[in-house]
This record gives sequence, structure tokens and C-alpha cells, in this order.
Amino acid sequence: MAWTRKVLRINLTSGEITTEPLNMEWAQKYLGQRGLATKYLVEETDPKVDPLSPDNKMIFATGPLTGTCASTGGRYSVITKGPLTGAIACSNSGGYFGPELKFSGYDMVILEGKSPKPVYLSIFDDKVKLRDASHLWGKSVWDTDDAIKAEVQDPLAHVAAIGVSGEKGVLYSCIVNNKHRAAGRSGVGAVMGSKNLKAIVARGSNGVTVEQPQEFFAATDAGKKVLKENAVTGEGLPAFGTQVLMNVINETGAMPTRNCRDVQFEGAHDISAEAMAEPRRSDGKANLSTNQGCFACTIACGRVSTIDPQHYTLQGEGKDQYKHASGGLEYEAAWALGSATGVNDLDALTYAQFLCNEHGLDPISLGATIAAAMDLYEEGVINQDITGGLDLRFGNAKALTEAVELTGTAEGFGVELGLGSARLCAKYGRPDLSMTVKKQEFPAYDPRGIQGMGLTYATSNRGACHLRSYTVSSEVLGIPEKTDPLVTEGKAALVKAFQDATAAVDSAGICVFTTFAWTMEDIAPQVNAACEGNWSVDALMEVGERIWNLERQYNMAAGILGDQDTLPQRLLKEAAKVGPAQGLVNGLDKMLPEYYELRGWSTDGTPTGETISRLGL
Amino acid sequence: MHYLVLGAGPAGVTAAETLRKHDKSAKITLLGGEPEPPYSRMAIPYYLIEKVGEDGTYLRQTEGHYEQHGIDYVHGTAVALQGKAKRLKLEDGSELQYDKLLICTGASPISPPVPGLDRPGIHNCWTLEDARHIAELSQKGDPVVLMGAGFIGSIILEALALKGVNLTVVEMGDRMVPRMLDETAGNMLKDWCIDKGVRVLTSTQISEVTDGSEGLTVHTKGGEALDARLLVVAAGVQPNISFLASSGVEIDHGIIVDQYMRTSVPDVYAAGDVCQAIDFSTQKAEMLAIQPVAVEHGRIAAQNMAGKPTPHEGSLNMNVLEAMGLITASFGLWMGVEGGDSCRMHDPENNRYLRLEFDGNKLVGGQSVGLTEHVGMLRGLIQTELDLGEWKNKLMKSPERLPEAYVAVAQHNFNISA
Amino acid sequence: MQLALVLDPAKCTSCKQCEMACAYENEQTFNPAKSRIRIFDFHEDGRFVPYTCTQCDEAWCQQACPVNAITTDPATGVKLVHDNLCVGCKVCTIACPFGTVNYNAATGKVIKCDLCMGDPACAKACPTGAITYSDVEQAGFDKMRAWAAKTDSGAQAT
Ligand SMILES: Cc1cc2nc3c(=O)[nH]c(=O)nc-3n(C[C@H](O)[C@H](O)[C@H](O)COP(=O)(O)OP(=O)(O)OC[C@H]3O[C@@H](n4cnc5c(N)ncnc54)[C@H](O)[C@@H]3O)c2cc1C
Ligand code: SF4
Repeated sequence: MAWTRKVLRINLTSGEITTEPLNMEWAQKYLGQRGLATKYLVEETDPKVDPLSPDNKMIFATGPLTGTCASTGGRYSVITKGPLTGAIACSNSGGYFGPELKFSGYDMVILEGKSPKPVYLSIFDDKVKLRDASHLWGKSVWDTDDAIKAEVQDPLAHVAAIGVSGEKGVLYSCIVNNKHRAAGRSGVGAVMGSKNLKAIVARGSNGVTVEQPQEFFAATDAGKKVLKENAVTGEGLPAFGTQVLMNVINETGAMPTRNCRDVQFEGAHDISAEAMAEPRRSDGKANLSTNQGCFACTIACGRVSTIDPQHYTLQGEGKDQYKHASGGLEYEAAWALGSATGVNDLDALTYAQFLCNEHGLDPISLGATIAAAMDLYEEGVINQDITGGLDLRFGNAKALTEAVELTGTAEGFGVELGLGSARLCAKYGRPDLSMTVKKQEFPAYDPRGIQGMGLTYATSNRGACHLRSYTVSSEVLGIPEKTDPLVTEGKAALVKAFQDATAAVDSAGICVFTTFAWTMEDIAPQVNAACEGNWSVDALMEVGERIWNLERQYNMAAGILGDQDTLPQRLLKEAAKVGPAQGLVNGLDKMLPEYYELRGWSTDGTPTGETISRLGL
Repeated sequence: MHYLVLGAGPAGVTAAETLRKHDKSAKITLLGGEPEPPYSRMAIPYYLIEKVGEDGTYLRQTEGHYEQHGIDYVHGTAVALQGKAKRLKLEDGSELQYDKLLICTGASPISPPVPGLDRPGIHNCWTLEDARHIAELSQKGDPVVLMGAGFIGSIILEALALKGVNLTVVEMGDRMVPRMLDETAGNMLKDWCIDKGVRVLTSTQISEVTDGSEGLTVHTKGGEALDARLLVVAAGVQPNISFLASSGVEIDHGIIVDQYMRTSVPDVYAAGDVCQAIDFSTQKAEMLAIQPVAVEHGRIAAQNMAGKPTPHEGSLNMNVLEAMGLITASFGLWMGVEGGDSCRMHDPENNRYLRLEFDGNKLVGGQSVGLTEHVGMLRGLIQTELDLGEWKNKLMKSPERLPEAYVAVAQHNFNISA
Repeated sequence: MQLALVLDPAKCTSCKQCEMACAYENEQTFNPAKSRIRIFDFHEDGRFVPYTCTQCDEAWCQQACPVNAITTDPATGVKLVHDNLCVGCKVCTIACPFGTVNYNAATGKVIKCDLCMGDPACAKACPTGAITYSDVEQAGFDKMRAWAAKTDSGAQAT
């Protein structure tokens, strides 16, 4: 139980649709979602495959807790080889789509091949069909969502779709479900586009059951209580969303600003949670309308916002779709579109966020890429001839929103922006200006101000990412215990522990934000009561470590070796100019060897035979 | 005060109870024409398929219900009404004196002018007595012909099919339930039934019934001869008013009543299938002949009889029907109004259909096939006549968003959130 | 005074814990499709509205039932469907102007909220207080009942 034990397999090339039992032996070793789907991918594909070729597969996977009352039990992930990085991609999303997939009766959907023409997949319990999507090709995520719901004539169906960016292969295009929740990173949307798959729509009528109901209710109730009583998950996140971090990180001196030229942003307050709550002059309303929970989430950090009706972004024709409430700014988006580009116009950022949702773009990579372009522009490497007239000075809100519009539909300079920062900067001969690891843009924490995040980025299996080991918890927020963000000592162990725990959390079907409050002691009983087998804290940590090493093996086989466990030179050479970290660079060289050792990897970052056999890989 | 309630169907029973609620001391007599405790005709199909026993069809389920409420339930058949003398004559020669009388004698099946309909093996499906006969003649595999695929016919169809008889349905109209379902819905239902193994002959008339090898042979105008052990006739109903011949009670198709359910004779009221009262949608006197309306009539009539003036503002015509697992429903002016807008959701693959009819920004009618969630909202929106505002256009594009529209409009008008 | 479900859209986050709790209580499975309470998601207004049976005093469903299968529980005021009596005719599903009685093809009976007989699982599961089981004066809901009352003048005159 907890798993539906059924896998749906779609061969897009032939149109063949089959179901098969879930490999329960693997489920016991990899739990579900991220871990289990990675195992399937590893077993079924060649790591050297071109990510955008028909030979790559993509898997939509839920976890055993997806679709249960465990708080945040509503997640799914998309696992594939990522076109942005060439590494394993695993993008996690909330909303209501994942559980619906599971209520349809499947733990995961494996998509293979490439459809000869645009299609979308409809899953209504055992009625599974590929339907023509030629009329949807070229449509935005939002229009596709509406059109598909109207077409299947079911307002309660849930849609996950790509926009034009995904069709055209923007390398950080994402898959957006419920119009504003995204499997965001590494370009999973482009993989979907390469397969001519526009969307998946699901509606299920089957239930999910658990192994030991009494124990499960006890454990999940206890978990919810912990979330409620915790200051971050019980108060901060519901009230302010992840934006609660804007001022905190800025004060920490770890706010990557203007493509990491600076570590503090003078406009941070203007784009913070506090600013989102202030009534504006035009209509007396605040930017923030309400908070929203994803399925089963008792934290409810999601933002629902509106744009100031008098703001320049809403003037003119064809703007109706932005004139009502929709998914608003999360911290990562506010940072990437704002601090990273030096723009402090809250409404411009909200608009850019709406566009990201509408067109299916990862705001982190997009914002960071625009920031890199701005750096190139300010350095005089590119000019308006190249940008098509965009005046890409840092802080220029109009240039920002225009750049986002162009990237969303992959037009003009948007095509180049769609390459991502690494390829863009390389193209113009300045790879040093790309703030990426393994070609993926890194998120909202400057590793000079939060040292552990340097190691986090450098070693993340999907390229730079905060969600693989969020040491910010410990280094800034003091969860589970406070460590000094400015030192490197102890960070290797911290990163490893976070990485393993997070892999287990991601594989269970719950949200990593629970770990602001939950330790594995809170999570293990919930998994244990839901699933057959013995799921102690140690067992989950071992599963996490196994998954981490499996992903690492995949990447190495794909040609991404230890030499890529590094950071941009700017973070290693140019010291922070202000704030608590003034004078510091990131001390990756001090942390990395220790990390390899703790991982049981050789000095060049290869898992040793002993490690591989210990983990049963 | 002596209230006499004539007829022990849902209208009568509801009326008797309502009278008691408002008048604790009056004498209340409930006179029924059938030997059983007051029962519900609607439950007969479920009795036929043995989902419930005979007692499962009873309108009230607690032992001694009528005694407890001081309602005198008696048997007898009325044969004449003397309005001036306030007297009702019964078949056995006895007479009942009343102060106020409520007529709710319901309706009876029509026997169409087809030669041979007086043979054994031919039954209506209207009373428990009929049901017992049908049960006997409809064993698994028996050839059975059902005449009429109207609303009642289709309900019986389900029961007969579930019993496993070899069923043929003969309907004059061009589709099933022509008076409740439009062409799309009626044909969806027909296809569905055919798919489930029932023979459905539409635009077909029965011309004669003769003796046959199985007992009967049913002849159609097209020249087909169908062998049958049982012929069930469901060809429409007419009100039970023969005993009112010289009573002075004014009659059109059914008994004419005013807004307070009063007939033309003082202190005589009427309710249920037997009367012709205001239809909510047309605001004209119509015979709706459905259970919820009978109940509504019964309650309103009783309130007026008990001295609580309650105008009847009109009952909504609505039906729900399941035939072989496919559920259809219709409400109000489902066929639409002149100059009004109309929209449809049609999903043949999943046997779903929803048709909405608007007059301006108001919903005035609708019908559904294959939907079971929130269907009552159609009634809510039609009868409250709420202005749908921007939701009208959304519904025109996607009728299936009706539940959202309902909640949104109700929220907007009544600010449920307080 | 009898307690009632008080539903406050302003507090609802659309997490659907209530739907799962309801489905589990009644069907022993996490299956929102089987819930008697439903969250309506008005994305464009940033508004989430919990919606279920109001347990009307003079309930349309109850009056329409031909076999007395829906009764009022005196302690809670709950309008209760008795499965042993329900024949599955669905008249209540079209009679209820709120649309909160639904037919369950799997059982051949109708289902509606029964307030878990006085201890509603949805209220216990709601993390935000959007659903409470209390005797608070619930202006909005009463207004809505009064509104639906327009569907049947007789019922309210009693
Ligand atoms: C098989 C079947 C299925 C049905 N299904 C549905 C359905 O799904 N939905 C729906 O809404 N409706 C349905 N109906 C119709 C519904 O049953 C009637 O609308 C309802 O019974 C009308 O109630 P009433 O009280 O007016 O009359 P009735 O229920 O017909 O009651 C009339 C009463 O008067 C008595 N009576 C008649 N004449 C005399 C007399 N001269 N003297 C003394 N007593 C007399 C009768 O014995 C009876 O007790 C169905 C009917 C049938 C037969
Ligand atoms: S449990 Fe409460 S907050 Fe969650 S969806 Fe239901 S009513 Fe809304």
C-alpha cells in the first residue's frame, strides 16, 4: 500500500500505452519519486544519450506519501536527463497534479520516444489516451491548461503543460501544473517539447491507502503539530512565504546581487514579503492576495498575488490574463528576477513571475541568465545591436520584463537568453561571468556569505541548486542547530547529511520545506506507517545516500566528472565587498576533499568500490 | 375540526402530517384506496428487483407512525363528493363527513385503444398489486415487451432488465423519454440501453395483441410480431377524478386549484398528481405528476387548510432517471426559451451530457446525462433566479463548470464567508 | 444550541486535508473524489471555498425521499441517510438545491455529509480554522439557506 504498484508506460513513437507492476524490490531500495524513478532511468537509458533525442526518457513520478494526508503529501517529480546540464535532472513540483496522477492509479508514468506529431496525454483512471495537440502547439501554459480542461470537459482535471519555450527548446523551460506550480529546473520542459508532448491531464477516482492506518494518523498528526508549532513553518512561511528570507539573507550578506558583483541589494526591502503585504496607492490592495497550500500542505507558503492595475506592465492590449490573481513571487524568483538584475520594482517582478508561469520558464535560471547578459552589456561585451535594442543595464525594469517576454516565446534576443547563462557567456567569450555550476544557474544564496552553500552548489547532482542540501537552515536559521555561515569547518558533513536526508524526503512524496521543522525522526514514522517494510531513520538515510550515489554514478557515466565540482571564479577569487562576509571568498577547496572522504569517494570524486557495494548499488 | 385527506400517496401523507403539526387537536382521517399501508409508487421498481421488500416501499418507516400522529388511516374508495353537504360517499355505501377535504387521489395509467389489451399477461406498473403480477411473469429469460419508453416506462425498463428478462421496448416517439430528454440525451439513453442488450424500437406503435406461443404476441404497425410472456403498459397517466363527476369541482385536465391549493368548491383542496397547479417555469397551471411536487403540494395545501395562508409560487418540473446504470436528469425549461441562450457539454465517449438553457443571465432549464455530482445545483440556480453575471459567459463556453458558477454566484450574492 | 459546520473561505488555503479526512472517514481511503466536502478553487480571485451540506431544518432531500430514508438526528440536527432504507431513486439529489446529495453508483445509494455524527473529521483536519464545528452565529450560511429557501415557499413557512 501507499504505492499504487502500477506504472504507466507510454511509447510516444508508436503510441503504445501499457501498464506494468511497480518494481517493489526497487521500491524497497529507492522508496519512490526521485529515487525510484532515477533507478528506472538508470536501468533503461544510456547516460550518454542526447537529452533532447527520442532515446532519452522522462518519468513523472509520485512518492508513497503523495496523495495521503501526510502534510505536504502532494509532490511529484520529473526525472530525465537534463538538457541544460547534461546531468541527471529531477524537478519537483507541488500543486494538485501529482496526487491526481496517483488517484488515477499510477505511481509513475514513463514516457519514451518521440511522438510523430504534437500530442497530449490524458489519464482518467484506466482510460489513457494520446490526443492530438496540434491546435495547442504554440499556446502558452495557461491557454493550454484552459483549453485542455474545456476539451476533456472536466473542470476538476489537473494539467501539467509546457509553453512555447518548452516547444522551442529553451534550456531552462519547465513543466507547469495548475498554472503556477512548476517542475522547474534543468530544462525538463524542453525534454517534453522534444518529445512533441504538450501536456498531461489527469483525473483520478481511486484512493490511496496506507499500511497501518492508526499509526499513520498518529504519525502524521504529530508531524502536523510540529509544523504548526515551529516558527518558520507555523508562522513565517504561511504569512510571508519563502519571501520571509529576502531581508534575512540580505542582512546575512549572502544576497547575490547584480550577477554576484555584490552580496547585498539596496532594493531588497522593496521586493520583500513586507512590501508584498503593503497596500498600494492605486487600488488600496496589497500585492499579496492570499496564501495557498499545495495538496495536503499544512504550511501553505504559496503566494497568490495581483499586479498594480496602474503599473506599466498592465497597460495596452492583450494584458487581460495578468489582471487577476495568480501565483506570486517566491523568494527565488524575487531574487533572481530582482536582486540578480538589480531591479527593485515589485510589480515588474510579479509580472515577470506571471510570465514565467504562463510560458513555463524557470525564474532562477532566467533571472540569472538575464543578470549575466546585463553583466556582459555593462562590460561592453554585448550591445543593443546584439540585444535587439534591449537596454540591459542593471536595474532596468522595462528591459527585464521585455527580456522575459522575449524568452517566453523564444523570439529575438530571447533565443539567446534561452541558452542559459553558461552558454550565453561562453558564446561571447566571457565564461567567467556565468554564475553556474555544471551549466545550471545557482540560486539565491551567495556562497561567500554562506560557505556551506558553496559546497552544496559545487556537488549538487543536478547542477547548482539549493534544494539538494539546504544548509541555509543550519547556517542562517539555526535548524536543526546553528552553525557559523562564515566558516568552512564542519560543512562537508553538514552538506552530506542534508543531501542524503533531502534525497529521502524527495523520494517520499513530501516537500523539503517540512524539514525547516521536521527531522528524520518526524518523517520516518510517517513513511513507516504508510509503507510496507521497515523505514527507520537509519533506513531512510541509507536510501538517501544510495540515491545520491546512484545519481553521481549516472552523471559520471554521462561524462560529468569530479573536475566539475567547482564554482565560478568570481566566488572563489573576488571577495565580498560589504556585510558580514566582507573580505571573504568561498572556501570550496577546504571543504571538497573532506566531503569526498566522508562520501567514501576517491580524491577525484569517484565512488569507491567499497562504497558502491556498501550501498548495494 | 375534521380534516379528511383523500388519497394516501405522498401528497396525502405529507398533508396529514402537516395538518397535525399545525393543529394538535383536530381529527384527521387519511383515506386510502389500496389495502397496503401508505406506500410510494416510486419505490415499486426497487421492489421488483428485490432491492427492498414490500415494506421498503412504505412512505413512513416507523411502527405505529400514523397512530402516533393521531392520524386515522382507513381504507375505502370514494365514489362521489357532495360539496355542499361536506360529505364523501364511499364504494361500500358508507359516508364520511368532513369540515375540510383534501383530494389527492393521484393518477392512474391510461389504457390506449389497442385491441387485445384486456388479455391476461398484460399489466400496468402502477400499484403494488401490479408489481406482484409483474414479478410473477418476469423470470430470468422470459420474453417481455414494454409499451412506452416515457419517464415511468424507462424506470420500469431498468427494473425489468435487471431481472434478466429478454426485453423489447416499444416507443411511439422518435427517442426515449421524449418529454423529458432532448434528442441528444434521448438517443444517448437509447444507444446505451441497446448496448446493454435491450431491444429498443422507437417510432414504433403497437397495433394489436393476440394469443401467442409464449402467451402473447405483440404486433407492431410495422408488421413485426413479438412473442411475450408479459406486456407491461406504460403509456401515460390520467388523474383520478371520476368520483367528482357531479361535485361541482372544476376540472381541466386535472383539478383546477388556486394559489392556495383551493378547488372551486369551498373547503375542498387538491394536491399531487390529481391537480393542475402552477409550474414554476411557465407560471401556468400544469400537471407535473412527480413525487417531490406531490409532497410540496401536500404540505402547502395542508398549511392553508390549517389557517396558515401559504401561497404556492410554483413547483419546478424535474426528473431523474436511471436506466441500466445511465443517469439522466432534467429541470425546468430544458428545451429552452425563445431568444434565450443555450449551451451544451457533450462527451459521448464517457456518456456525459449537460445542456443549459438561459433566459438572459438566468438559468431556466437544464438536463444532464451521466452526471451524479452536484446535480441539484441546477435546481438551486433555476429556482433562485440568480443573475449569473460573468459566469453566464463562462458557462456558455464550458457548461460543465456549473458547480463553480453556482458557488461563485451564491458567494457573491450572499457572502457566505460572513 | 446545535453545533454546525462554520466554513470560512477567507481562511481556507485549498490544502484539501478536509477532503481527505472526509473520504477516509467514510470510505477508508484517501480519495478526494469521494469526499462529501469540497473545496472550490477560484484561482483568479485568490479564493478557496469549502462547500458542503448545510443540514437545513426543513430539508428538501428529506421531504423528497419517497421511503423515509433520510431522517433528522435529534441530537445533532444531522440529516441522515439510512442505507438500509434508501432505494437509490436519486430524487433527493435533484431536490437538494445546494447539490450536496450525490449518488454513489458503487453502492446504489446516495451520500451526503452526516457531520460524522457530531464529530466532523473535516473540521478536525483543517489546519487553518477555515472549518470549525461550533455554534458561532453563521450569518453567511444562514443567508444562503434563506436564499435556497426561495426554492420552496412552503418549507420555510412552517
Ligand atoms: C413505477 C413508478 C415510478 C415512478 N418514479 C418516479 C420517480 O422516479 N420520480 C418521481 O418524481 N415520480 C415518480 N413516479 C410518480 C410518483 O409516484 C407520483 O407522482 C406520486 O406518487 C404522486 O403522488 P400522489 O400522492 O399525488 O398520488 P399517488 O401516489 O398516486 O396516491 C394516490 C392515492 O390515492 C388513492 N386513491 C385514488 N383514487 C381513490 C379513490 N377514489 N378513493 C380513495 N382513494 C383513492 C390511491 O390508492 C393512493 O393511495 C413514479 C410512479 C410510478 C408508478
Ligand atoms: S482543510 Fe481547511 S484549509 Fe485545507 S482545504 Fe479544507 S477548508 Fe481549506
